[in-house]
Amino acid sequence: MARSLGGFLVLILLVSICDAASVFQPISDSHRSAASELFSPVDGSFGSLEETYEALRTFEVLGVEKKPDVSTASCALVSKTLESSSSTLKDLLFTLKVNGILKCKINEKAFEDIISRLKAAVNDANSLLDFYYSIRSLVLIKEQTLKADLHLADAEGVFRSIKALSQSDGRWRYSSSNPDSSAFAAGIALQTLAGVISLASSEIDQSMIGTLKNDVLKLFDGIEKYDNGAFYFDEKLIDARENQGPLSTTSSVVRGVTAFAAVIDGSLNLPGDKILGLAKFFLGIGIPGDAKDFFNQADSLGCLEDNRVAIPLILSLPSTVLSLTKKDSLKVRVNTVLGSGAPALVVKLVEAFSSNSKDESLIDSQELKFNPETGVYILNDLPKSIDVGRYMFAFEIVLHESGPEKVYATGSQTKIPIFVTGFIKIENAEIAVLDSDLGSIETQKKLDLAGNGIVSLSANHLQKLRLSFQLTTPRGRAFKPHQVLLKLRHESKVEHIFVVASSGKQLELVLDFLGLVEKFFYLSGRYDIELSVGDAVMENSLLRALGHIELDLPEPPEKAPRPPPQPVDPYSRYGPKAEITHIFRAPEKRPPKELSLTFLGLTIVPLLGFLIGLLRLGVNLKNFPTKAVPAVFAILFHVGIGAVLLLYVLFWLKLDLFTTLKGLGLLGAFLVFVGHRILSHLAAASSKLKSA
Amino acid sequence: MARSSGKDAQALFHSLRTAYAATPTNLKIIDLYVGFAVLTAVIQVVYMALVGSFPFNSFLSGVLSCVGTAVLAVCLRIQVNKENKEFKDLAPERAFADFVLCNLVLHLVIMNFLG
Repeated sequence: MARSLGGFLVLILLVSICDAASVFQPISDSHRSAASELFSPVDGSFGSLEETYEALRTFEVLGVEKKPDVSTASCALVSKTLESSSSTLKDLLFTLKVNGILKCKINEKAFEDIISRLKAAVNDANSLLDFYYSIRSLVLIKEQTLKADLHLADAEGVFRSIKALSQSDGRWRYSSSNPDSSAFAAGIALQTLAGVISLASSEIDQSMIGTLKNDVLKLFDGIEKYDNGAFYFDEKLIDARENQGPLSTTSSVVRGVTAFAAVIDGSLNLPGDKILGLAKFFLGIGIPGDAKDFFNQADSLGCLEDNRVAIPLILSLPSTVLSLTKKDSLKVRVNTVLGSGAPALVVKLVEAFSSNSKDESLIDSQELKFNPETGVYILNDLPKSIDVGRYMFAFEIVLHESGPEKVYATGSQTKIPIFVTGFIKIENAEIAVLDSDLGSIETQKKLDLAGNGIVSLSANHLQKLRLSFQLTTPRGRAFKPHQVLLKLRHESKVEHIFVVASSGKQLELVLDFLGLVEKFFYLSGRYDIELSVGDAVMENSLLRALGHIELDLPEPPEKAPRPPPQPVDPYSRYGPKAEITHIFRAPEKRPPKELSLTFLGLTIVPLLGFLIGLLRLGVNLKNFPTKAVPAVFAILFHVGIGAVLLLYVLFWLKLDLFTTLKGLGLLGAFLVFVGHRILSHLAAASSKLKSA
Repeated sequence: MARSSGKDAQALFHSLRTAYAATPTNLKIIDLYVGFAVLTAVIQVVYMALVGSFPFNSFLSGVLSCVGTAVLAVCLRIQVNKENKEFKDLAPERAFADFVLCNLVLHLVIMNFLG
């Protein structure tokens, strides 16, 4: 049951996310500090002219106060590039862009040379980028030197050549030889054509401008959108040269369209929703981590902040979680994309949908009060029909009648998901042990779930346990939380979890122990009771140990299931292991010492018998040689045998085999020599005796 | 009949004794040596029967040393005996030298096995 409940909630969550609603915040101080960190100069400069321009433009748009001072190095680079005759058109353009921000001191002569060079470049240009660099540079020079008489020679001709590269879907090609078209190129072309219009000495033919307006409308027909209301441009072909994704493409188009709208009479008739969608796209990025992305985002927002098509107004909430108990008020801000103030307008809360009634609005339309000091629109008390839970609030912005100079894009309705939380009252909590069948109460204890009291109960398997309490929202309605679980944990750490069912305000759980005996594995003893009540909107969710219950269950039968083994602490296997006691073989019983000594004596007896027998036989040493030399050999022979026997005794006592063999080798050689001498002598003597 | 068998046994025994007395002394010495070795072996076996064969290797080495030396002595006796026509050409000193050598080797092995 818990699982189906959880699945239902996940479904609601998914449905609410798919609803087109996302909170967009205008640029804030976190953006500005991120910019300071991201664009940090190395050795006093940002690197190339392009990177310097990107950093300076970002700081300019965001209004970053703590700017690193790179004017000396950058101005030096600017003068060098302007005075050199080998700089490319691209370098000239970025130099002039940097100069426009830093306002370095450049002498007039350098500008003169450049102007003539650029005019020649315009005549010789045959690709979109050549036109772009030269014409935009001329526009910047006109702004920076305040030369009112700087004009293009054949503005209409240039206009036509650039227009010739356009495609039917509003995109542009880079040159006549390259068939690939892109929206990025369209943005560049629009900037260039705006430059041509501003540099023209006489009015350009209105029909040509009209065709261009249609081209812009066709380009916007190909706009794509995300579910959260953001609109963007993307390329069909990925061209690694200029295009790195939707951000750079959309930035280029925004620059082009705003530049074009600034120089023409009349308006472009673009739907305000699309402009607001483009603003949402840039704001939805958050804080980019890449310098190029950051520049694209900042530059585009700077263009959108004050453009002649429609100025997007962003509705944002500082907090989307409101507490009923703390009596939070609903606060709304309306700003431009860069966080500046909006014109006079009215914010209305039109509709509010809760997560389970998506069709009916719970409230009537009401106006929020404006606080001029803080610039915030406030609704002080939430309507009585708004209780704790998840809601979708729909806001509408109504502008006061403004003059025709500025057009604002506010969007029709802004849907914002709101979380309303509150303190849930828990009342009439009690736990009781009932006798089954009759339903009569044996023990009943009141619980104070807010406090810390412990209850102590006892029951046997024929009884039931009942837990009941009431939950009420701050508005006095019944509340069904996400989680209401009761856990019974045995002394042996076996746990059982039960879901408490709700009906209206009352939550009740009845545990019939007769049916649960097998589930509890027949384990009798003390069970700890733990209750957890929780919900996302409940400010006082609780997890409380209520006490314990002594449960008396019958003995388990033969085939009863055993309780599952409790998880072993996984680190316990790194601890010391059980001590192993070696069981040695019991030593053999030795005989008593006296017996062994007796037999030692008995073993000597045959030797004695042998010696006595020898004497009885009349053994003599008559054959012992009398002459000196043989006598010596005879003695040595006996000594040698004695030495070998002594060596054997030593071997038995302490020597090892190798030493013995070594000694034996020596003695043996000696013995063989001596023995041979004496025995051959004896043999010779006896043979002499025989023959004699 | 028992008395006659007894008398016969006595007569037989007597004739054996007189025959034996005729053997040369050196052979009697060897016989005595053999008897001594066998008796020592028997005493060791009786001891083992009493107390059990726990250090079996010791028992074996003891018994086999006695038995081995007895066997070598018997070989010596065969080779030294002048009535033995087979070993007529073998000098008794040579036989004795072999006896000594074999005994020394036997006892080396025994000492190693004694433990």
